[in-house]
Amino acid sequence: MSDVTRSEVVATAIADCWAQDGEIFASPMGLLPTLGARLAKMTSNPDLVISDGESLFLAAPPPLGSSTGVVEGWIPFAKVFDVVANGPRHVMMGATQIDRAGNQNISAIGPFAQPKRQLLGSRGAPGNTVNNRTSYWVPKHSTRVFVEQVDVVSGVGRARAEAAGTAATRFHDLHRVVTDLGVLDFQGTGGALRLISTHPGVEVEDVRAATGFDLETADDITTTREPTDTELMAIREVLDPRRLREREVPS
Amino acid sequence: MSMRPRDKRMSLEEVVGQLESGMTIGIGGWGSRRKPMALIRAILRSDLTDLTIVSWGGPDVGLLARAGRIRKLVYAFVSLDSIPLEPHFQAARQNGTMPEVVELDEGMFQTGLRAAAQRLPFLPTRAGLGSDVMANNPWLRTIESPYEGPEGRETLVAMPALELDAALLHLNRADSHGNATYLGPDPYFDDLFAMAAARTYVSVEQVVDTAGLTVDTPVQRLLLSRMLVHGVVEAPGGAHFTSCTPDYERDERFQRTYAEAAKDDGAWAAFEARFLAGDEAAYQAAVRELGDE
Repeated sequence: MSDVTRSEVVATAIADCWAQDGEIFASPMGLLPTLGARLAKMTSNPDLVISDGESLFLAAPPPLGSSTGVVEGWIPFAKVFDVVANGPRHVMMGATQIDRAGNQNISAIGPFAQPKRQLLGSRGAPGNTVNNRTSYWVPKHSTRVFVEQVDVVSGVGRARAEAAGTAATRFHDLHRVVTDLGVLDFQGTGGALRLISTHPGVEVEDVRAATGFDLETADDITTTREPTDTELMAIREVLDPRRLREREVPS
Repeated sequence: MSMRPRDKRMSLEEVVGQLESGMTIGIGGWGSRRKPMALIRAILRSDLTDLTIVSWGGPDVGLLARAGRIRKLVYAFVSLDSIPLEPHFQAARQNGTMPEVVELDEGMFQTGLRAAAQRLPFLPTRAGLGSDVMANNPWLRTIESPYEGPEGRETLVAMPALELDAALLHLNRADSHGNATYLGPDPYFDDLFAMAAARTYVSVEQVVDTAGLTVDTPVQRLLLSRMLVHGVVEAPGGAHFTSCTPDYERDERFQRTYAEAAKDDGAWAAFEARFLAGDEAAYQAAVRELGDE
């Protein structure tokens, strides 16, 4: 199939985050992460456990915008928190800011005491990062998001976890950041962010220019792979026929 | 001699009459879902102020913050769900009009309620370690495990009990004694709030007789036992404009009206005059009138 769009590359890059996870709960926050988790469930990892985003485990992934299908479990918020503490979960959160050291902020911009802009609050980010494998999705890679130091640490980076001790590092497992420009991991110096691939048509320099700190790059940096025909068919025909993905990542 | 337990039905105003300024009040539901909004509206009509509010925050927090009733807010998030950011909460934070906030991780928040429910001073949790939740709440303490683990003695967050003077909840059905069912997708943490509170007041869509609670409903949906409940209010539409599935879904149109009005003092004054100036019956009538437009 031809004419692969950026949003389709992103969806497969996100799906790849969950490909090796086995039988765990995929918790995507937001539209493209939801598409990616459902794509992984349909292709690379049928053992993945997915939910309707409200309170049900679904046996088969529904299209975006729908949450119906065969139910295989009940997952109200109290049980989500049980799974967080118990461990078998890989969450992909958003990030209003993320810094070189891998700390994420969804709490507030500016000084916490009286923020310039109040956001959601820390939600489950602190607990997610010390309990579960954690990835992030950034729909618009920019110097506003990728900052030297976040204003409030919600999600905990490696250095901060190490400073807090073994209780914080024992299950700490930052995995990937997928953006509209590329894919990063946390294998830089001391757990710093590191660019591992750029999407087709994106140069490393484009990513550097959109990053507010001196970005490390992997020695074997690659171009993010394009979706297979099977994946494209799953995205276009089954999971997102209404092309909602284009709203978040325009072509 | 009657073997029936006591009748706890009361009015919204009677509930508010049992609350006092300065109290710590837990509010059930989640975000913009199954919030005890009729009780919140009744607080807005009262003189209650200086409150410490503990909530999975939604428009309950927004309305109380806008009205200046909150001295201290304990939260992990405040959101309208379909509208991610709660505009009154945002404004109160950005303008510095809420004297004190305690922003927690969700797991810490739940752990604090659990500690209170179990009458413990604290419970250990991993959540919060390494984050600015600890830095922004410097009174929070850690505790070293007395036990040797695979990686030594772990130092965990000692999450203090979130003890509540009162909990306000909205469920679908109750009997007059306080046994209550939720019929929607998620119990949220309403039972935990009830156990963490010295007194619990529950408003419901409908009061039915005890047998009616389980006539067409699995017994597992009985979330609250009357042991935990001090007052029952029949308040149809009492969660409006938040969702109360399956009785009604969130009134998205009304919520948008609310959020739009929040952006400007004049628009908010008009919203208050139209919807919040009268009693609960007047509110429900004004909502119906908007629906007819």
